[in-house]
Amino acid sequence: MGKVETVKSLSKNSVKKEQYSLSSQEYLKLYYFMRLTREFEESILKLYRQGKIVGGAYTGNGNEATAVGSAFALEKQDYLFPMHRDMGAHLVKGQSLRHLMLQHLARGNSLSKGRDGTGHYADPRLRIYGNISHLAAMIPMAAGVALASKLRKEKVVALTYIGDGGSNVGDVHESLAMASVMKLPLILIIENNQFAYSTPVAKQKAMEKYSDRAMGYGIPGFTIDGTDIDQVYSTCKQAVERARRGEGPTLIESVTMRMHGHSAHDGAEYVPKTLLAEWKKKDPVHRIEKLLIEKKILTPTIKEEYEKKLFAELEDATQFAVGSPFPPGEEAAIGVYAD
Amino acid sequence: MANITYIEAISKGLWEEMERDKSVFLIGEDIGPFGGAFKVTKGFIQHFGEDRVVDTVLAETAILGAATGAAVVGMRPVAEIQFADFVTTGFSQLVNNTASIHYRWHVPCPMVVRLPSGAGIHGGPFHSRNPEAWFFHQPGLKIVAPSTPYDAKGLIKAAIRDNNPVLYLEHKRLYRHIKGEVPETDYIVEIGKGDVKREGRDISVITYGSMVHMALEAAEILQNEIGLSIEVLDLRSLMPLDTELIYSSVRKTGKVLIAHEDNITGGIGGEISALINENCFQYLDAPIKRIGAIDTPTPYSPPLEEFFLPNTKKVVVALKELAAF
Ligand SMILES: Cc1ncc(C[n+]2csc(CCOP(=O)(O)OP(=O)(O)O)c2C)c(N)n1
Ligand SMILES: [Mg+2]
Repeated sequence: MGKVETVKSLSKNSVKKEQYSLSSQEYLKLYYFMRLTREFEESILKLYRQGKIVGGAYTGNGNEATAVGSAFALEKQDYLFPMHRDMGAHLVKGQSLRHLMLQHLARGNSLSKGRDGTGHYADPRLRIYGNISHLAAMIPMAAGVALASKLRKEKVVALTYIGDGGSNVGDVHESLAMASVMKLPLILIIENNQFAYSTPVAKQKAMEKYSDRAMGYGIPGFTIDGTDIDQVYSTCKQAVERARRGEGPTLIESVTMRMHGHSAHDGAEYVPKTLLAEWKKKDPVHRIEKLLIEKKILTPTIKEEYEKKLFAELEDATQFAVGSPFPPGEEAAIGVYAD
Repeated sequence: MANITYIEAISKGLWEEMERDKSVFLIGEDIGPFGGAFKVTKGFIQHFGEDRVVDTVLAETAILGAATGAAVVGMRPVAEIQFADFVTTGFSQLVNNTASIHYRWHVPCPMVVRLPSGAGIHGGPFHSRNPEAWFFHQPGLKIVAPSTPYDAKGLIKAAIRDNNPVLYLEHKRLYRHIKGEVPETDYIVEIGKGDVKREGRDISVITYGSMVHMALEAAEILQNEIGLSIEVLDLRSLMPLDTELIYSSVRKTGKVLIAHEDNITGGIGGEISALINENCFQYLDAPIKRIGAIDTPTPYSPPLEEFFLPNTKKVVVALKELAAF
């Protein structure tokens, strides 16, 4: 396992690292969302194994602090473009478990009406625009949303993500080139989870850190421990504030581990067991739990109450989605064009 | 002869060509120790080494551009695009650069791009593409689309030996579902040559890829049900098309159904129809019919995808309509 550095600004052009702290109430919210993310994805895997999910199923196990902490730095009016490891970001931005479950089960009353699965939907009400599969293709679009915000003087920011592998697609460069020159309110998080499908990160980059790339665009770049909720939140909050002030984009490398296979079908035999064992010690969900217990924020009573609530929510969403009908076949033909 | 699956046939063809010619090498994402997303190149890196099985960064423009560059200086790269859908990420290289190299530079560009394509596996809008029509319109690229293990092996070998860029469409749903007899001795299936997979007198089905199997099933059903004699012409090669074979079949039957899994509008069925119209009009006893996916993106949910895709039942219906004309 590569040693994960503490928050550090790498670009000559970058601003100083600031510290944004969290209140007890905020910590508890983050804890709840991270637990919910973990349990939701466990339910998805269970449904997959039961044959109830017809296509692929992806989890962000190991990425919960990054997904939850980053979206938590956004305000209601901000835009989110999550990737396939960011279920937690959907939840923080206000997406209901029912909708997420319906998406995974390809039901007719899902947000995409069964036309696409998983997090691939748009919910303009919540300002969530899910990814397409083509890695990095959503980044220029997120830049466009940031551009619209700038043109309309709305002070609204766009947050999006890409993997260590996907970060090599040309779209990333083009988007950052545009966003940096135009000072667009865009935040890009590179989720360096050590693997891109079977390919280890050492085969994706020759430089030391993904955040080194920020220098080439003259924007701030940070590398953070993506399993540490404080670092994730504080760094993202700083990037959001900077974007909102009109100072332009920030690139954040969040170092984590993809604890599961690429998708539910993948046994990931290519991942060394020792690497998983090392990272297991930094499990973000355990980390926040330990932190909140140490801070005396999380008590056994609260934990129990939260668990009751989240399992009830999950049960409700699962029942609701499993009981919802598939879309009628003929509906495939409508809706290609707007009226 | 060996009875092997479609995917094994592709692997065997690749393997034999790599043994035969040192200038052949593979390039793509996760194709090395992992053996590729569909395991076509499983075991290759252990046998041929890292210089012949090149794992790349995740970047399709780089893969396709690098294959083009290596081909221009005399190597014979076979690029794997993890899903055909993602060829779009490197589209500019193929249609602007690769396709026009010989025309502009008078230098051959002998490369193959393997494209795991096709729907019917619940892949949704981004893992189900049939990309042939995009490239069919671009002079300079050859396109093949095998439907059987025999053709899959013979065509991958021919594609590698060809001095032009060849797009090799391998249908994901056929990978492990279709088995067949394949010679263990060296052979190729010539690019540009179609194959009559079933002879018939009443109607010609002109098709390729996954639809060949549906056409054969439909032909069997109609033979048994109403004694209709259906000819199934498997194009195998989409660019160039085997126009002679198409015309001779049309002249014999006088009725034509063109079937492809790709959506209808702007699909290559339209071009085939125009060619028949221009060259065999006097032989036609009915308007040419087309069947394919409906003109929408590929939907994810099973009932939607079922409605979207052509299938054996829909081919039967179309053929009955033609028969009644
Ligand atoms: C342009 C493009 N090429 C290939 C793929 C196929 N693919 C899907 S996910 C994946 C690996 C992604 O790795 P990474 O970017 O590190 O994200 P992670 O899954 O590790 O979070 C690949 C190769 C794709 N979706 N898009
Ligand atoms: Mg990764």
